[in-house]
Amino acid sequence: MKKLLAIALVAVMAISLVACGGGSGSSGDTIKIGVFEPQSGDNGAGGKQEVLGMQYANHETPTVKIGDKEYKVELVYADNASSNDKAPSAAQTLCSSGVSVVLGSYGSGVSIAAGDTFKSAGVPAIGVTCTNPQVTSDCDVYFRICFLDPFQGTVLANYAKNDLGATKAYCLAKQGDDYSNGLANYFIEAFGKDNCVFEVFPEGTSDFSTYITNAQNNGCDVFFSPVSIEAAAQIIAKADAQNLGMPILAGDTWDSNVVLDTAKGTSVQIAVTTFYNEGANAKFDEGIKSWVNSDSTAKTNNGGNDEIAAVSAMGYDAYYFALEAIKNAGSTAPADVLKAIPSTTYTGVTGNIALDDIGDAIRDSAFVKRCNTETGKWEFVTEAKVQ
Amino acid sequence: MNLFDTVLPYLLSGISVGGQYALIAIGYTMVYGILRLINFAHGDVFMVSGLVMIYLAASTPLYVAIPVTIIVTVALGFTIERVAYKPLRTAPRMSLMISAIGVSYLIQNLALYITGGLNKNYPEIPWISDKIEILGTTTTRVTAITPFLTLALVLILVWLINHTKIGMAMRAVSKDFETSQLMGIKINNVISATFVIGSFLASIGSILYFSNYPGLVPTSGSMPGLKAFVAAVFGGIGSIPGAVIGAFIIGICESLIKGLDTILVSQGIISGPVGFATFSDAFTFVLLIIILVFKPTGLFGEKQTDKV
Repeated sequence: MKKLLAIALVAVMAISLVACGGGSGSSGDTIKIGVFEPQSGDNGAGGKQEVLGMQYANHETPTVKIGDKEYKVELVYADNASSNDKAPSAAQTLCSSGVSVVLGSYGSGVSIAAGDTFKSAGVPAIGVTCTNPQVTSDCDVYFRICFLDPFQGTVLANYAKNDLGATKAYCLAKQGDDYSNGLANYFIEAFGKDNCVFEVFPEGTSDFSTYITNAQNNGCDVFFSPVSIEAAAQIIAKADAQNLGMPILAGDTWDSNVVLDTAKGTSVQIAVTTFYNEGANAKFDEGIKSWVNSDSTAKTNNGGNDEIAAVSAMGYDAYYFALEAIKNAGSTAPADVLKAIPSTTYTGVTGNIALDDIGDAIRDSAFVKRCNTETGKWEFVTEAKVQ
Repeated sequence: MNLFDTVLPYLLSGISVGGQYALIAIGYTMVYGILRLINFAHGDVFMVSGLVMIYLAASTPLYVAIPVTIIVTVALGFTIERVAYKPLRTAPRMSLMISAIGVSYLIQNLALYITGGLNKNYPEIPWISDKIEILGTTTTRVTAITPFLTLALVLILVWLINHTKIGMAMRAVSKDFETSQLMGIKINNVISATFVIGSFLASIGSILYFSNYPGLVPTSGSMPGLKAFVAAVFGGIGSIPGAVIGAFIIGICESLIKGLDTILVSQGIISGPVGFATFSDAFTFVLLIIILVFKPTGLFGEKQTDKV
């Protein structure tokens, strides 16, 4: 009897799993846009903020006109869990559910890992804030609307040398993480290899005190750590506890209110490069703030307040860029959208978006922001360009 | 810079993290000693304790939040044993282990659901989060008090096991499960007591650990849990002093290896960094393997093998 019951239970569970997989037929008047973003794991917080921008854009413009026909835009979500081995299956889920184009992901590693899946399905993907060059260089269907790490690394190195007057830098990256290692390498290239101490920490590390000590003992005068927000919170706490005594520099990932919250009330100096400077487009700022405040889930996903992250602005632009590409394609078929993307241009809140031959956005400026630890807000420092 | 000044910060952080591993490791080693079960859910109980504290501290003052956190953690440990392990008491040991792995994933996924996978900031506990200076190195007070608090708790625990009735019962059960049952020891109570003590220490460990490293995600328990488990095996699983010493050794080694490059460079032994920090985790496990090759039962392990 018990055995029968057990078998029956297993059968019920198996059926419910199958049921989840079904129901993917697309109805006539909707077009699906895949959202390939981490909702959990190391980059979960950042991924959620990027999705917020897309959701707000979708809330603002829920339809798109292709020819004379009005289509409703439906966002289809897949969680790549910030993990390179889960990324292909999340990408496959999106491709199977019949999306016309995919947006994402936050974090370059997962985008690189999922590239082949999108390629074999022929579905175009638009990277929103994945800055590693390999995302587009190794994959024909991947495009991107943000600047790249060689550019960002150079901007940060120049800022460290010229504005902060640093002569020796400590660089910290996460082992096996494409984003932080890539960015750290470009930084080191621009800063000078002999003046940098480069170290990596293993996955699951929460004790960063030794790395802080290493930076101090090596006599460095700037701490470069373009790592995930989770690690950022730990690093800031330890830097404060051990009186780091040098500014911390990071890339676009640190432009998040998680970082602001942790740094508030401490003595840590933080500067980041980012895509969007809050206040650059007042209409967008007001709109998304009131939307975040009116939706409790959105507010939780934004870290509990209405401070706008640059990745949200990028997510917003990515959505409109995708709509523009769909309009140009004049069809919902992924193959047509893929053909239309390279020639698509759009002027968004983060600036002009046009793509080069590889599929990367042509961008020549990044914003440098500094954390004000008294108010817990970002302060604009400079708009940096590289010749 | 002289050697002592260079090494001291690494030692301090190693001793502190070792103390926190020790508090978790005791939970593993006690449960193993009695049930011969590796309680995989223990690291997650540790994480939940941190999570409960975060939510409680947001709405209640700390003098309420801390005791309630400890009570909730203890209740969780007790419930896990009653729900997931007790019904399997007569089942093969492997089934029990699978059940433990299941509980571990269940807890992690529940935490993922509740937090939404976002990083949560642990509340700052006044006094223990204050900055202090020890021999010229700035650190937080929690780093300094952890080893002493750990040792005090271990001494109390050893006294409890050697000089009280429940302690005697625990020793009897760990020697021979069935005979002690025949002698009138209420096995279920003894096992529950073990889980209560283990969870209590894990929740103290979690307060110390997360005060030190304030970011919490649903997988925060797995790495400290794994390290503590290694410490328990290292010291000889089933032995409490072994677990504590093993935990301190692992904590200190880990921390020193991360700083080895800098230490060697500052002493002029090597000219440039060679990247030891990358291997800090690998080295910990290599150390474990070496010890186990020479002393298969760990540093303080029981000599006797399993009864057939």
